[in-house]
Amino acid sequence: MFMKKLALAGGLSLMASTAMACEISARVNIVGNEFPAIQTVGAGAQECSGAEVSTNLTADHQKINLPGMQGDPAEYTSAIIANSSIVALMNEDVIRPLDDLVAKHGQGLKKNQLITINGKVMAVAFMANAQHLVYRKDILDQIGVEPPKTYEDMLAAAKMIRDQGILPNPVGGAYAANWNIAQEFNNMFIGYGGEHFKAGTAQPNVNSEAGVKALEMMKALSEYMNPDYLTHDSNATNAEFRAGNVALMNMWGSRAATLVTVDGVPQEVVDGFAIAGPMTVGGGSVPATTLWWDGWTVAKNISDEEAEATFVAMTHAIRPAILESDEIATQAVWLIDGYEPTPAAEGVFAAAQAGSVPYPMLPYMGLMHTALSNELADFMQGKESAEQALKDVEAAYTAAAKEKGFL
Amino acid sequence: MKHRTFFWFFLPTGLAMLVFIAAPLVSIVTQSFFAPHEAVLIEVENCGPFGCKKETTIDQEATAALREAEPMGRFVGFDVYLDRGHLAVTEVGEAWRNADGLGEFFGTLFNLPFYRALSFTLTYTFVCTPLLIALGFAIAISVNALHRKLKGVVIFFSLLPMIVTPLVGSLILFWMIDSRGVIGNFLQYLTNDPDLSLKASSPLMWTSLIVYGIWSSAPFAFVVFYAGLQTVPKDTLEAAQIDGATRWQQIRYVTIPHLMPLVTFVALIQLMDNFRVFEPIVGFSASAHATSLSWIIFNDLGGETQQLSAAATTSVLTVVGVAILLSPVLVRTWREFKGRT
Amino acid sequence: MSSAATRKPLPLKIALWAFVTIWLLMAAFPFLWTLWGSFKVELDFFSIADWTNAITGANTERTHGSTFTGAGYDGAWVQEDFWRNVINTTFVCIFVVCTSLTIGTLGGYALSRSGFKYVFWLLITALIFRAIPPITLVSGYLPVFFDWNVWGFLPTAIIVLVAINQPFTLWMLHSFFESIPKELDESAKVDGCTQFQAFRRVIIPVMWPGVITTGLFSFLLAYNDFAVTSMILNEGNRTMIPAIAAFMGTTQTEGNVMFAVAAVVSATAPLFVMVLFFQRQIVSGLTAGAVKG
Repeated sequence: MFMKKLALAGGLSLMASTAMACEISARVNIVGNEFPAIQTVGAGAQECSGAEVSTNLTADHQKINLPGMQGDPAEYTSAIIANSSIVALMNEDVIRPLDDLVAKHGQGLKKNQLITINGKVMAVAFMANAQHLVYRKDILDQIGVEPPKTYEDMLAAAKMIRDQGILPNPVGGAYAANWNIAQEFNNMFIGYGGEHFKAGTAQPNVNSEAGVKALEMMKALSEYMNPDYLTHDSNATNAEFRAGNVALMNMWGSRAATLVTVDGVPQEVVDGFAIAGPMTVGGGSVPATTLWWDGWTVAKNISDEEAEATFVAMTHAIRPAILESDEIATQAVWLIDGYEPTPAAEGVFAAAQAGSVPYPMLPYMGLMHTALSNELADFMQGKESAEQALKDVEAAYTAAAKEKGFL
Repeated sequence: MKHRTFFWFFLPTGLAMLVFIAAPLVSIVTQSFFAPHEAVLIEVENCGPFGCKKETTIDQEATAALREAEPMGRFVGFDVYLDRGHLAVTEVGEAWRNADGLGEFFGTLFNLPFYRALSFTLTYTFVCTPLLIALGFAIAISVNALHRKLKGVVIFFSLLPMIVTPLVGSLILFWMIDSRGVIGNFLQYLTNDPDLSLKASSPLMWTSLIVYGIWSSAPFAFVVFYAGLQTVPKDTLEAAQIDGATRWQQIRYVTIPHLMPLVTFVALIQLMDNFRVFEPIVGFSASAHATSLSWIIFNDLGGETQQLSAAATTSVLTVVGVAILLSPVLVRTWREFKGRT
Repeated sequence: MSSAATRKPLPLKIALWAFVTIWLLMAAFPFLWTLWGSFKVELDFFSIADWTNAITGANTERTHGSTFTGAGYDGAWVQEDFWRNVINTTFVCIFVVCTSLTIGTLGGYALSRSGFKYVFWLLITALIFRAIPPITLVSGYLPVFFDWNVWGFLPTAIIVLVAINQPFTLWMLHSFFESIPKELDESAKVDGCTQFQAFRRVIIPVMWPGVITTGLFSFLLAYNDFAVTSMILNEGNRTMIPAIAAFMGTTQTEGNVMFAVAAVVSATAPLFVMVLFFQRQIVSGLTAGAVKG
């Protein structure tokens, strides 16, 4: 009897999974970044049968997705993007509102997965990310301090580690003079309560007290970093941590799961590795970090059948059932229904709970980020004052924003 | 050769260049005079996994109407050329009026992205090119004097800097010159300075980039010169020897004049390539210390928001720069050409 | 070469050997270092703790029980199917070199045999064309290629690479044809050949040295290209270099640098074999008086 029940249950679940199978009637073509979680989504969409599903997952996706969706019909029916990069697609009006499709096929999606802009669903998010504290528990125990909750504590701890001769450069930071340093500035600036733009306009607002303080804090931290910090991107910073040269750093949550699992990491680093939520700065209550989501969109310049097929395939790719695989469950901090945070996801969850703000989703934020990337290195090297650096940022941004028609 | 015959011979290559270089060039030049429409911004409420927030976005309907009316965008003339990201006329003028002395003027000038990039680009071009020609020549002379059987292997190893893709080649060298890498340690040992780091100071970073540039391009000069050396007329050399010319004199008065046209050719190509220096800057993560015109283009195209007009403008300025740089060589070629016909 | 008059005195010989050895060391050392390091784990090859780890392989031994590991090669070739990219690159290289040389030879020959003014201007235009940074060109192609539905395929990349490489090929071959005496084909024409017949019968047999040298540079360009192939090919059609770039990861996610290192080394191996195999042709190609400015 029992056996029969089991067999029946098995049969039922088999039927359920067949019912879950995905049937589409028009082509689907996906462009996106190439990291493992997105590979999973791409592979999930390709399980659909009935029409061809192709993917192009590449690090250069941001250069390709716009031209690939501007044609009519568009080459790509879906682009996988983040909150920073959806803006470029929104600006050029190449993605379509999904409200009808959500009503028809989106029962499995949670409300908070839907990215609505001006009341219309424009994207479906499936994973979250944030930068947060990564530290060496053994070293902090050795100097007898708790994991820092603020950047001021981090500086104090760094001083102790250096003074006690444990590590010469205990702080790690992705301060490479490109996208990375601008992102670190954004974190710190937001932590000091800064707003990048004057409310409701595209006028820059970084040359402010918060901006100067943010730069000064970054400079203070850099004193405890490897002298080559302006060439260290997040990969190089992680390498420093793995080598045991760094005890404290602000790092991407998406990196936490694999930080110490690669070949050859010394045992004390593996044992001492720990993560915590993001830090605040300057007595502020908003953590000095930003929240990120990754999600998918559907192209505008395609037929309704293709749009529907794309929506069905992409929804299938992020169905709750994919989390049954342990490997997939640890690939990211999923926003999918039924996701149980793994230990590596704690930092991102802590970031969200501590009231961190999302990375600004503004049409001109990309230009600001580029301006910050180019103009901050001079200050960090002591070639100019913080005010001058921020003045340069505003001037560079203004020139770009004028060209793009925002000012 | 008759015009007609010439036309048929030249057609395939001409067509390829017309379609894939000339046509894009026209669109690049056009692009540099146009900019996207003024964006109509509206304030809306955006919601996502992290709650709702009031943010601005582009009013698509209003913008669509603008685009419909003028599909090319706004005509802005030379505005983009003159803005802060490019020639920065206003800023330069201001710096000139306000600066006390030339030092301060140049300080302000090199704080502007275009001039900062230009200063490195020109230094790189004018240091690398002569040095790599000299090195290439020296290698060619030496290899030419080796035993016949050794030549193949030596040629292969000499080509390695050119064969290993710059993307990875510069990454590996970048690692080797790290203060904890093998070359970095060697240099610290040589200079007896344990804190020496090539990556932390601008002058040292410039030097590293230039050394990398010479290293990676010398094989090109070597191959061309080596080929040229094989055609040095034997009888002239022998005559020189009979006249009692020393080895150095033979090189100075027979070989070098014979190779002069090749030197021009290598200089032409290398001036151009070095002026467009880009890969080492990315490979060495050197943007804090050195930028180049091509790097600016890459940066404008690679941001979250692509700045097509800005990139097009910098491209046109690069082409103009190359034209100015090569003008002496071009004038010479023109004279030679006229002299010949 | 070996006649008494050109025999070298000993100090000169030593200086010569020293110079060649130093140069070879400089040229090959980074590569040999990479070759050695490709059998280590990342923490050894990029060893922050102690650079001698890259030689001794301390971490490699701790992880794999031996100071050498083929993990990088296994990852690149087995796990990531790097051989697909190798096939794509082979395909691209062969077609780029052949097409480029065919149309370049015709064009270069015509330029060298015509004395009209437009020849000079064509050469100058070609030079200006070469000055355009490839990334700008590529960003201009994208919308058009997507529109025509030709984006992502190998033939598209081949044609683009050929076109971008034409100015250089033309200049080089033009200089080379200049050095072949005009009397050769003139006399053939007097004997009643058309220009093309003269080219085929008289010029083709003597043009190989220059063509081989130019072909070598075309090959290296196609083989090493990143700007064009990374933007124009889709994921399935990637050549080696963009595939290697993809191994290296991005800001927010991890790559596997050792896969890239192993891939670079294995990408160089066939070249070594090829150079050894074609050594005589290449050297004699160069020797026979390849280029003249």
